[in-house]
Amino acid sequence: MSISSAVFLFIGSFLCISGGVGILRFPDFYTRMHAVGVTETLATAMILIGLMLQNPGGLVDLKLFIILLMTLFISPTASHALAKAAMNNDLKPKINKKDDIERVTSSKP
Amino acid sequence: MIHIVLLAFLVAVAIAIVRMRDLLAVSMLLGIYGLLSASFFVTMDAVDVAFTEASVGAGISTLLMLVAITMTGRSEHPERHKPLLALFVVFITGGLLIYGTLDMPYFGSADAPIHLHVAPHYINNSMQEIGVPNIVTSVLASYRAFDTFGEVVVIFTAGIGILALLSVVRRSEDITKIDSINDSMHVEYLLLRIIVKMLIPFILLYALYVQFHGDFGPGGGFQAGVIFASAIILYAMLFGMSTARRVINQSVIQFFAAIGVLLYGSVGVVSLLNGKSFLDYSALSADPVAGQHLGILLIELGVGFTVASVMVIIFFNFEGRRDVSHHQGKNKT
Repeated sequence: MSISSAVFLFIGSFLCISGGVGILRFPDFYTRMHAVGVTETLATAMILIGLMLQNPGGLVDLKLFIILLMTLFISPTASHALAKAAMNNDLKPKINKKDDIERVTSSKP
Repeated sequence: MIHIVLLAFLVAVAIAIVRMRDLLAVSMLLGIYGLLSASFFVTMDAVDVAFTEASVGAGISTLLMLVAITMTGRSEHPERHKPLLALFVVFITGGLLIYGTLDMPYFGSADAPIHLHVAPHYINNSMQEIGVPNIVTSVLASYRAFDTFGEVVVIFTAGIGILALLSVVRRSEDITKIDSINDSMHVEYLLLRIIVKMLIPFILLYALYVQFHGDFGPGGGFQAGVIFASAIILYAMLFGMSTARRVINQSVIQFFAAIGVLLYGSVGVVSLLNGKSFLDYSALSADPVAGQHLGILLIELGVGFTVASVMVIIFFNFEGRRDVSHHQGKNKT
C-alpha cells in the first residue's frame, strides 16, 4: 500500500515539476496556461490519491476525496476563465504560419 | 528546511510587491503572499491562524482589492515628490519600535511572562473550565472574549464606514433591462455559471461546517463568515449585481450585521445579569461547562453574522459605486 502511495505521489510531483518547466519554457500565454492547467489537474489528483492511500479507511479519506472532487471542478474552470479573459482582452496566440493566424482570427466570434 | 524555503518565497513576493507598478498584479501577489504565510503558519502548527489567513488574506481581501482597482484604475501614478521625509519618519518610527523591543524577553525564551502565567493555565485548565477540545477557540471565545468583542465591533465599524462613505441612492431598476443584461451575461459566462451554480451550495455548507465545528477543529465565526460572504460575492459576480440585489436584500444584510454585534453583546449582558462578570459564560447555565458551550456557540454565531454581512456590504457598495461612476462617465462623454 505504501509503495502504491509512493508511486502516485511521485507521479504527482513529477507532473508538478513538468508544469513548472512548461511555464518557463513555453513561448506564449496560452501554451503556458495549457502546461499548467493540464498537468496541475492531474498532478493534484495523483497527489491526493497518493495521500488517500497513506491511510486507507477513515474520515481523512472522505475529506481528501471531496477536495479531489472540488479540484476537478475548479481547476479546469479556472483555466477556462483565464483563457477566456485573455481572449477577450485581444491577446493573440503566438503562431508562426500566416494562414493559421487568419484561421484563428476569423473563427473568433 | 521548509521554513527557509517559505520565508525566502515570502521575501521574494514582498520585494516583487514593492517593485511592481501594475496594481492588478500587486493585488494578485498579495493573495500569493497570504497563501504563503498561511502555509508558514501550518508548518508552525497554528492551523487556526493559517485558516484565517488563507480565507481572509488570500481570499476575500484580494477580491475586495480587485473590486477597488476596477474603480481606481490599474496603474500606480508615478510619484512627483521626493519621499525623503517619509523615509525619515519611517526610520525614526522603526528605530523607536526596535528600541522598545529591547526590554521585552527574547523571542521564544522559556521564562517570558506569557509562558509562565497565561499559557500553562490555558493548556492545563481549559478542558475542565471550558470543555472545548480546541484550545484556540476556548482562548479566543471565552478567556479573551472581550478582545474578540472588540474585533467584531471593529469589523462592524468598518461596515458602517463603508456605508457612510460609499453608499449611493439607488434608482429603481428596470426589470427588462436587467433581463437583457442577464441574457447577454448568460451567453458570455455560461460555463462559469453552471460550475458556480453547482459549487455555491457546497461553499455555503462548508461555511456552516466551519462555523459550528470551531469547538472541535480549526474554524469559527471569522472564517465561516468570510467563506459565506465569498459564496454570495461569487454569485453576485457571475449573475450580475442587479440579480444579486434582488436575491439578497440590502437592508436585511445591514440588519444582520447589527444583529451579530447585538447577539455577542447581549450574551455578555445576560451573564452580567446572572451575577457573574461580563462575558463569563458559566453563568448562562446551571452547569458551568454547559454554559461555556452555549456561550461560545452564541458568540461565534454573532461573529459569523457580522463578518459575513459586513463583507457583503463592502462588496455591494463598492460595486454599486462603480456602477454609478460608470454611468456618470458615460453621460459626460
